[in-house]
Amino acid sequence: MAVTVKIPSQLRPATGGEGEVEVEGGTVGEALDAVFDQHDGLRERITEDGTLRRFVNVYVSGEDIRFQDGLETELSDGDEVTILPAVAGGR
Amino acid sequence: MAPKALSCKECAEEYPLDAKYFCESCFGPLEVAYESEGADASELKRKIQAGSAGIWRYADFLPFTGRPRDPLEPGLTPLVRADRLAERLGLGEVWVKNDAANPTHSFKDRVVAVAVAKAQELGFDTVACASTGNLANAVAAHAAAAGLESYVFVPANLEEQKLLATGVYGTNLVGVHGNYDDVNRLCTELCEERPWAFVNVNLRPYYAEGSKTLAYETVEQLGWTLPDRVVCPIASGSLFTKIARGFDEWRELGLVEGELPTFNGAQAKGCSPVATAYAEGWDVCKPQRPDTIAKSLAIGNPADGPYALELARRTGGGVDAVSDDEIRAGIRLLAETTGIFTETAGGVTIATLAKLAERGEISRDERVVAYITGEGLKTLDAVREGHHMYEIEPKIESLEAALATTAPA
Repeated sequence: MAVTVKIPSQLRPATGGEGEVEVEGGTVGEALDAVFDQHDGLRERITEDGTLRRFVNVYVSGEDIRFQDGLETELSDGDEVTILPAVAGGR
Repeated sequence: MAPKALSCKECAEEYPLDAKYFCESCFGPLEVAYESEGADASELKRKIQAGSAGIWRYADFLPFTGRPRDPLEPGLTPLVRADRLAERLGLGEVWVKNDAANPTHSFKDRVVAVAVAKAQELGFDTVACASTGNLANAVAAHAAAAGLESYVFVPANLEEQKLLATGVYGTNLVGVHGNYDDVNRLCTELCEERPWAFVNVNLRPYYAEGSKTLAYETVEQLGWTLPDRVVCPIASGSLFTKIARGFDEWRELGLVEGELPTFNGAQAKGCSPVATAYAEGWDVCKPQRPDTIAKSLAIGNPADGPYALELARRTGGGVDAVSDDEIRAGIRLLAETTGIFTETAGGVTIATLAKLAERGEISRDERVVAYITGEGLKTLDAVREGHHMYEIEPKIESLEAALATTAPA
């Protein structure tokens, strides 16, 4: 599946300034792996021991993957995967 | 005390004091770090006591180098000894911190005053927020007072009172079809696109500091002593953890002596990610989809959840969840015993206090402070049922007849 992964601006130095990366992947985990393979230094910022760091939220077309199958969440062609820091908020 | 940097709560990496809120290395939340070397407790105390009648008396402990200009200063709200409430619950000493007595009737005035002052210092001309209502009220009002443009994003299905009390300030009010977590995600994305100061996103490290003033006031109002236990609502967990931070800072500086109080968190059953994680023994929260009358606490994905859990466990406290009916009963109990009418979040706090008392977790010699964070007039629907009105003709006999025949509620 061809999907778009959106990168928060603070991490864009690691993607050469790109805010969106086009990759292939059947699941969120595969899509993220494809991004990490293209851009050094992102993997250890976003994951720890193979799982997402605890202050990282990932959404597929606006829906938190923890309400779906986590990194196993399946993707469809054209899906948008968004990586965001979890530290925002306060009612 | 002077602010020295933003520091990552996870990996301690430091950043300059900008509009930045998460660590680039590990995504951890950033927090303001202070330089406290050479601070003299008696001098600090003298400055506090000579200060203004609001939160800026604590400017030395906030992320500024001087006292900011603030035409709408919140704080120094009443701390009321609630003997009749204590008696009803079989407790010894209960105090109620009534933070509905702020300019826009909730504790959010504290955090917004700090964030708006910082936004101005950093040169922003527009402030914004994601909100479940109280924050919306506060951002719209403080922006109006400061002459800044504002954008306020809320779930479109919010209580009407909160929408009206936000719109009146002339803000750009945006109702989003979705819950708070959707609004919050949208605002986190907007932060990348717009040059705005989102008080609870890119200014969150500063904003959160405002909650410490609740701890400072509590200490001062208790005659420079600490309570034994606090009961406090948890939404994102920021207020809960920052009250502890406030107590700790003053303990470390020698402004107050004694142990950190026991921290009991209060959530609504319909949105209880932190209470659930506490009960299950998890150290992170699993997000939930909120369904509760306590909309101001309806954060299904609490940013400071892990820290709130850690604090409750470390101090021997806990995190409880109460039902919507218990919340309504809590609102009524507080109103009937103290004359303080709180919104649903306060009902959650009082219902949790009642639960702890019923379980015998609070001993009679404990001094307990319950934090009431908002005003009852904002959530009138919660008290629509359960009272009785006599209806009479304007004649004495009519009243006598009504009192004789109709049983009071």
